[in-house]
Amino acid sequence: CPENEMIRVIRSARTQGEERGVIQRECAAIRAQFRQADSGGRSHNLAKLLYVHMLGYPAHFGQMECVRMIASPRYSEKRIGYLGAMMLLDEKQDASLLITNSIKNDLSHSSQYIQSLALCTLACMGSAEMCRDLAPEIERLLKASNSYIKKKAALCAVHIVRKIPELGELFTPSAHSLLSDKNHGVLHGAVVLITELCERNPGNLDEFRKAVPELVQIMKGLVTSGYSPEHNVAGISDPFLQVRVLRLLRILGRNNDEASDAMNDLLAQVATNTDSSKTAGSAVLYETVLTIMDIKSESGLRVLAVNILGRFLLNNDRNIRYISMTSLQKIVQTDHTAVQRHRGTIVDCLKDQDASVKRRALELSLALVSAANIRSMMKELLRFLSTCPPELRSHATSGIFNAAERYAPSQRWHIDTILHVLITAGGDVRDETVPNLIQLISVASELHCYTVHKLYRALISDISQQSLVQVACWCIGEYGDLLLKGDCDEIEPMQVTEDDVLDVLETILQSHMSSPTSRGFALTAIMKLSTRITNNIDRIRSVVSIYGSCIDVELQQRAVEYNALFKKYDHMRYLIMSSHTIILGIPMSKSTGFKLHSVVEGWSPQDILSVIMYKHTYTQSNFVVICVVPTILHSRYG
Amino acid sequence: MIKAILIFNNHGKPRLSKFYEHYSEDTEQQIIRETFHLVSKRDENVCNFLEGGMLIDGSDNKLIYRHYATLYFVFCVDSSESELGILDLIQVFVETLDKCFENVCELDLIFHVDKVHNILAEMVMGGMVLETNMNEIITQVDAQNKMEKSETFIFQSPRQDR
Repeated sequence: CPENEMIRVIRSARTQGEERGVIQRECAAIRAQFRQADSGGRSHNLAKLLYVHMLGYPAHFGQMECVRMIASPRYSEKRIGYLGAMMLLDEKQDASLLITNSIKNDLSHSSQYIQSLALCTLACMGSAEMCRDLAPEIERLLKASNSYIKKKAALCAVHIVRKIPELGELFTPSAHSLLSDKNHGVLHGAVVLITELCERNPGNLDEFRKAVPELVQIMKGLVTSGYSPEHNVAGISDPFLQVRVLRLLRILGRNNDEASDAMNDLLAQVATNTDSSKTAGSAVLYETVLTIMDIKSESGLRVLAVNILGRFLLNNDRNIRYISMTSLQKIVQTDHTAVQRHRGTIVDCLKDQDASVKRRALELSLALVSAANIRSMMKELLRFLSTCPPELRSHATSGIFNAAERYAPSQRWHIDTILHVLITAGGDVRDETVPNLIQLISVASELHCYTVHKLYRALISDISQQSLVQVACWCIGEYGDLLLKGDCDEIEPMQVTEDDVLDVLETILQSHMSSPTSRGFALTAIMKLSTRITNNIDRIRSVVSIYGSCIDVELQQRAVEYNALFKKYDHMRYLIMSSHTIILGIPMSKSTGFKLHSVVEGWSPQDILSVIMYKHTYTQSNFVVICVVPTILHSRYG
Repeated sequence: MIKAILIFNNHGKPRLSKFYEHYSEDTEQQIIRETFHLVSKRDENVCNFLEGGMLIDGSDNKLIYRHYATLYFVFCVDSSESELGILDLIQVFVETLDKCFENVCELDLIFHVDKVHNILAEMVMGGMVLETNMNEIITQVDAQNKMEKSETFIFQSPRQDR
């Protein structure tokens, strides 16, 4: 067989380069064969090309050959042609239009296997135009053919409805009648089609709710049929079909008392009688639980359902634990208290070896945090953070910050939590959270001294975590005076000199580990310190002037403006860089409205605006502009 | 919906790649490489479900996989599929391959990848599960192979290359 020969040659290539060479030669030969009007081995050539395509080499020159093969009367050629079309063509290419006619003809072919090829291809890659064109044909096949074709036509109809939802109307009557077919494949297809019709168009729900008794009958038949060898999987009769029917029942019973009532007994029966010792039974049981929780079921049934999930949470099989957590996640919003009962087990899963189980446990744990359990949950989450797999770390830090902000029992606890995360996982904290963290810190005014001391200490041992660096620099710049004073209630005293502080900031500026944003923070902090220290103003001046010629444009601009602040606008430097508020006096004028007027001698209104803009842009400090007006109150922004 | 079905060996060499959504050739190869990278990192006794990756980043898609000797069978699915159901489906697929090829091994997949596609086509169509009964699948596959063989016999021309 010619393909095998080619495959052998390809496999014997010892290097990637050799393989490429072999494939280039083979493709050239295949191309030449395609150009010949007739060759006996056409299907072999295309098969070779598809093998080459799977390995990742370009094969688009085979597209027209696929079109030709599909039009061939020979089954073997049609088959490989359709396979090639599904692999090489997509609806965006013109070539795919060319096969529409072949598909149309093949849909009414006398051989069911050729019909099946056409159905399969249409369901895989049928464009909207093709679907519109061929929908009536598919509808016909749903009614007037054998089970083999019916089940394929049903799934083809699903594809059509996905492409053109309005065509759903066309299939609705046939879909309902398919439910009385005895063939499991047809039933399966029918249920999938009805599910799609209901999800696409809620208007169909009423129509298909009439089918609930039939669906319940089908389930009863499956559950109590005893031993039925054809569809049996580990003692469960056609679990795939059961799962599909349960899912459809969920959609139909949602928000509808009558439908929910009609399925209540069945669900109770399945929930209590299904043997879950194998995967098949577990799959059915999970689907049953999710359906019970989503419809209007009796409270006794709901309790049963959540308990089943809780039991599975303790199962030795990791797959089962994983699935029970995904199921609990689906109901945690609506049945929060029920899920809370299992919090302990879920938190334990944070320590599981398996990264997938950890991920589910993290999601669920974050969803279960509440005002009542915030302290103990945060302990667990912070512990998790230290052993957390890298792909989950930034999500974990964001989740922790959100939870802390929502439920912090005290400001001190909140600040401590923020500091802990920054210090242990600062490298994974998302950049976007930094401004928010700064905001939270600045609001906790009694803790400024504590915060700046802790951050300073973390910084001197590690400047590699960018978020930590940025927040720490901002705090040092803003509260540098508190840092230098040395004493702080809550921490061991540590003597920090002005030189120490400037040393660490300059190290950050110069380090190759620092991101451009971090360096900006460091430079601004240095500048702010010029209004908070006494002995090292010259050092600051020289740092700032050096960075006036820095390659990084952002940094350079900042440095140049700070330089200007030292030189031309020294009188404004204090006000911009300090934490003080600006007080302006504004005279009230009946005709001209408000006018900016300065109370600081020698300032123009332009100076005031510059100060406000600078303060806002560069320092991210909170500041207040108070307009003193003779008879009216102040306004503030910042 | 099933978004893709991939079979590759322990070194990441693709043995079957079926995509039910359209991607460019480059993207398809990237997806295969990335999936291999994610799946090969997993230990032997962890669960068969994975999240995270290009096909699945930020969306509700997951990878459901099984490792048999030298081959990984990976199904990428969205949340409309039952995870445990797909796990069973992979088992049915492998057992069907085993019956069709008589103790299937990697070489069978290498030299008969179109046959594997034909078998898969009887189980999954347009990203949806079509048939899960192994006997039914095999019956249909056999009938189609018979049809192909009988055609070759009838249309055999003297110059056909073997």
